[in-house]
Amino acid sequence: MSTEAKRPPTQKRAEKGAAGNNGSDAPPANDAAQTTVEQRRELLHSMMLQRRFEERCAEAYALGKIGGFCHLYIGQEAISTGVMSMIRPDDYVITAYRDHGQALARGVTPRSVMAELFGRADGCSGGKGGSMHIFDAKTNFLGGHGIVGGHVPIAAGVGFAIKYRRGNQLCVCFFGEAAVNIGAFHEALNLASLWDLPVIFIIENNRYGMGTAISRSTANEDVIVRAKGYRMDGESVDGQDVFAVRDCMSRAIERARKEKRPTLIEMRTYRFMGHSMSDAVSGTYRTKDELEENMKRDPILLLHNRMFEAGELTEGEMHKMDDEAKAIAQDAWDFADASPEPALDQLYTDVYADTSS
Amino acid sequence: MATKVTMEALSPTMEEGRLVKWTKNEGDPVAAGDVLAEVETDKAVMELVARGDGVLRKRLANEGDSSPVGTLLAVIGTADENIDSIVGGAGASAPAAAQTGQAAQAAGGAQATGPANQTVADTKEAAGQSAVPASPAQSQGEASTPPQQKAGGTGASPPAPRSAPPPPPRRPAAPPPQQQKGNGAHPTAQSAGGRQRTSPLARRLASEKGIQLGAIQGSGPGGRIVKRDIENARAAATTGMARSGAAERLAAEGDFKDVPLTQIRKTIARRLAESNGPVPTFFLTAEFDVSRAAEMRTQLAEMGDQYKASFNDIVIKAVALALAEHPEVNAHWLNDKIRQFNRIHVAMAVAVEDGLITPVLFDADRLSLWEISAKARDLAKRARDRKLMPDEYTGSTFSVSNLGMFGIDQFTAIINPPEAAILAVGGVEEKPVVVDGEVVVRKRMRLTMSCDHRVIDGATGAKFLQTLRRLVENPLMLVY
Amino acid sequence: MAVVTYRDALTQALREELQRDDTVFLMGEEVAQYNGAYKVSKGLLDEFGPMRIVDTPITELGFAGVGVGAAMVGLRPIVEFMTWNFALLAIDEVVNAAAKMLYMSGGQYKMPMVFRGPNGAALQLSAQHSQAWESWFAHIPGLKVCTPGTPADAKGLLKSAIRDDNPVVFLEGEMLYNTKGEVPDGEHLVPIGVADLKREGDHCSVITHGKMALVAMRVADDLAKEGINIDVVDLRTVRPIDVEAIARSVQKTNRAVVLEEGWEICGMGSQVVDFIQRECFDDLDAPVLRVHQEDVPMPYAKNLERAAKPDAAKAIAAIKKVMYLD
Repeated sequence: MSTEAKRPPTQKRAEKGAAGNNGSDAPPANDAAQTTVEQRRELLHSMMLQRRFEERCAEAYALGKIGGFCHLYIGQEAISTGVMSMIRPDDYVITAYRDHGQALARGVTPRSVMAELFGRADGCSGGKGGSMHIFDAKTNFLGGHGIVGGHVPIAAGVGFAIKYRRGNQLCVCFFGEAAVNIGAFHEALNLASLWDLPVIFIIENNRYGMGTAISRSTANEDVIVRAKGYRMDGESVDGQDVFAVRDCMSRAIERARKEKRPTLIEMRTYRFMGHSMSDAVSGTYRTKDELEENMKRDPILLLHNRMFEAGELTEGEMHKMDDEAKAIAQDAWDFADASPEPALDQLYTDVYADTSS
Repeated sequence: MATKVTMEALSPTMEEGRLVKWTKNEGDPVAAGDVLAEVETDKAVMELVARGDGVLRKRLANEGDSSPVGTLLAVIGTADENIDSIVGGAGASAPAAAQTGQAAQAAGGAQATGPANQTVADTKEAAGQSAVPASPAQSQGEASTPPQQKAGGTGASPPAPRSAPPPPPRRPAAPPPQQQKGNGAHPTAQSAGGRQRTSPLARRLASEKGIQLGAIQGSGPGGRIVKRDIENARAAATTGMARSGAAERLAAEGDFKDVPLTQIRKTIARRLAESNGPVPTFFLTAEFDVSRAAEMRTQLAEMGDQYKASFNDIVIKAVALALAEHPEVNAHWLNDKIRQFNRIHVAMAVAVEDGLITPVLFDADRLSLWEISAKARDLAKRARDRKLMPDEYTGSTFSVSNLGMFGIDQFTAIINPPEAAILAVGGVEEKPVVVDGEVVVRKRMRLTMSCDHRVIDGATGAKFLQTLRRLVENPLMLVY
Repeated sequence: MAVVTYRDALTQALREELQRDDTVFLMGEEVAQYNGAYKVSKGLLDEFGPMRIVDTPITELGFAGVGVGAAMVGLRPIVEFMTWNFALLAIDEVVNAAAKMLYMSGGQYKMPMVFRGPNGAALQLSAQHSQAWESWFAHIPGLKVCTPGTPADAKGLLKSAIRDDNPVVFLEGEMLYNTKGEVPDGEHLVPIGVADLKREGDHCSVITHGKMALVAMRVADDLAKEGINIDVVDLRTVRPIDVEAIARSVQKTNRAVVLEEGWEICGMGSQVVDFIQRECFDDLDAPVLRVHQEDVPMPYAKNLERAAKPDAAKAIAAIKKVMYLD
């Protein structure tokens, strides 16, 4: 559509040593200076809430209160928290099925998320979606999608609509590294770049697609180079460092709002649980040692250690924060447990919208 | 195309029949209408007739055996056609008949090619089959069928589980295959399991119109009764053919003589029909002296209520005896023949709330006057209460209608086709008449007989009325 | 009333709805500069500009998904598939996203969009370009599926589809684009889910949709000369199906033939027959027959293709069969 000269893409990579690479410590990103103490506490609190919430989910699943598929975000909290802390309420968020952490970080209430997981009427999707389909129009949280890569063209469509309306919002789109191999990813990125759509595509590279390491699925493991193939800007960052996440987001956001250009970002991370509650945590496709090694780069640990070292947080305050997080998670549980199952007539509602025009 | 011979309901109430005697052997040629066997029903011994042409290929029942209505008793076919599927299907339920052509052929094929070395004991082990025959016909079937035909032939279950080889792959869809290609004669609607093939619509229409499906020949594929068959049945019922139940009773009893139409008859029939509508009718009126009949009534009444008789009862008794002397009046017009009945069934018209109904006094000539009186009273009451069964108001050979109680002196009644005549009876009145040159007061009754001129000439009717007069005016003759 | 081609009727519908509501836009391959592969969008780029008439690369899954995303946030996309044969590449977005979005989100995100394009066979386009797709999509709750056979129905239904807040699968036909018919002047809307009795008669019901409706009408006119008068029930929409219209007709005529373009197994007609046996069991004087494509991929050779397709002769044979006239 656009006939402007195409700007060559830039590619920035944070230094090697981020999660999953050869392990040497990198100096932390500079964003720490651009946040206030209060903001940093909020970041920590958000991550802790997600962590405690997801732990209660694991418990609930084992008790049979959550059924079907349940994909936990434990270990990846810096990504959700960092991204959501940078975008506006009128921006849009869309993600795949590992969506609890992102929903909470975006501001979907823990009660409505847990009630949805328990399949109750007070769930954000009325109990009709479940874990993989958390939707919340109030916070422009566009779900929660079950088909790998299927939502990536949808993100491009959201960008299209923003542009159609001449707005300066943007759309953030999360997916795993295994999704870069599916056709929908390819088609969506081509369109986003061809049409100059304000979309930030985020690869949450946790190195494993269910039980398949990236080395076994992806001819070129250096997934970020694909951005070049679409004449798109690309960056690769340490996804366990919430400030690194914020830092790269600041560039992507500016690019989206001002230049109406998409960005592809690889955020290197690690999940501490199995692909889903039905899958092995370790022992088959990854060793326990590897897991334990990576758990040392727990994003929550990384942040609160920095805050301890900076004297911004005491043990006592941390425990208090933790207790609050646990309390909120418990409250969500209690709320969900008390919420009724959807009425049977809800089986038939919302298949079709009543046409208004 | 083979014809199935089944135990038919030869009377409305029959549920089971006993095959007394085969009159044809296996291998005998038969034509439709030939008598195949004598069957004892709940009422009498009747003849079972063939309903198709061919050779009597197989007898499946033994003399002396009883079978429920609908049981397959025999198969008629051409000398060389394969009837295994029919014989094997004895007792099978209707869904077999409803399968697509290929499936039915596959099932038939499986049965026909059953291993010839299966012993009688083995046949019962076939998948899904009970060792206990589901109906008497099956045990008869086993006794009389040779071993190689028993493979698959004894099952109580429908053919579907039995057709172990799957049906051959269907050809590309075309209009669905005909299951049985007719060679002209469709099989009757009755099939082995006693089940007619009838479209849902035809079934509903028949039920609404009170038409018995068993008597209808289906014109659809495989003998299916369809809408037009019901419509034609209704039309036929109103154009002079007996209603099905009555027709069965009168015809099956064999108690009649058919008189072929002579040329003069045919001419009269044709010319008269042209002038006077469907039934060329003429009317004969006579005035009877019923003084003696009145005396008899009085005497009977004095003896007690159980001996009471009405004038109508007397007339009916007299009519019945007169018909015995004039069989040509006790007749039906059947379009290509006149049927004169040997038995006498007199219908009496009874006014009911919204119309008229005609309960029948069967064998009225053999009933005594008090029997007629009692039956007439009972029938009239039940007619008014709407409790009459169809076989109580159908099957008459002659009708009598009486409007005397309404103050009618004389009237003409309408003939009930296919009857040849009807007698209209007026009221009894005292009037002066001349007897032996003197004017005296006598009780008089006027009767008018409506006659179908195709059956009855003026003289015939007049002679009948003469006989009737003799009986009514001299009621002692009723017991003579 | 003007006589208009089916194609022009669609163009009119698009133009009118684009003018009426500026959240409506059209997207697909060759729809803009090329004026449409079948010229349905002719002239629209000039009138509405490149933001509303959008050319796409050959990327069905991608642009179908773009449509879904745009619909989620309040636009009303019309996504054109050059033919529905290519929509298979996009079926994940149509079925797993568009059809299910409202339900999965508990009523939060509706999908006011139309997927449209030519469906079914044309002439000698061979196996991969000749399939009829209605039963694939009619199967899915959450979708509506329209199959207009005449220009008036095409215009009226497309307008209704664009205004509908649900995802509508709109099946046109290459062989239909040049056909002509009267289209009412002024604002002409045909409701989705309502059948139309195109011909009336007491002897037999023919239930049909799409381009077979034209065949059925021709058959009706031919049979009328023989004194056989048939009802032609043109469904116009195959999800939801107007069961009442079917029942009314079969209760009157007592017999039915279902005429469809697709294959036999799990074709649209099998659903129609199910409705008939349920609603009209006691009214049936004969089994219901179907006339459809032979159970083969569409061949190229002219004679084979003709033999494969359902046509007037096959329909007439079926009608006579259910009337016991054969």
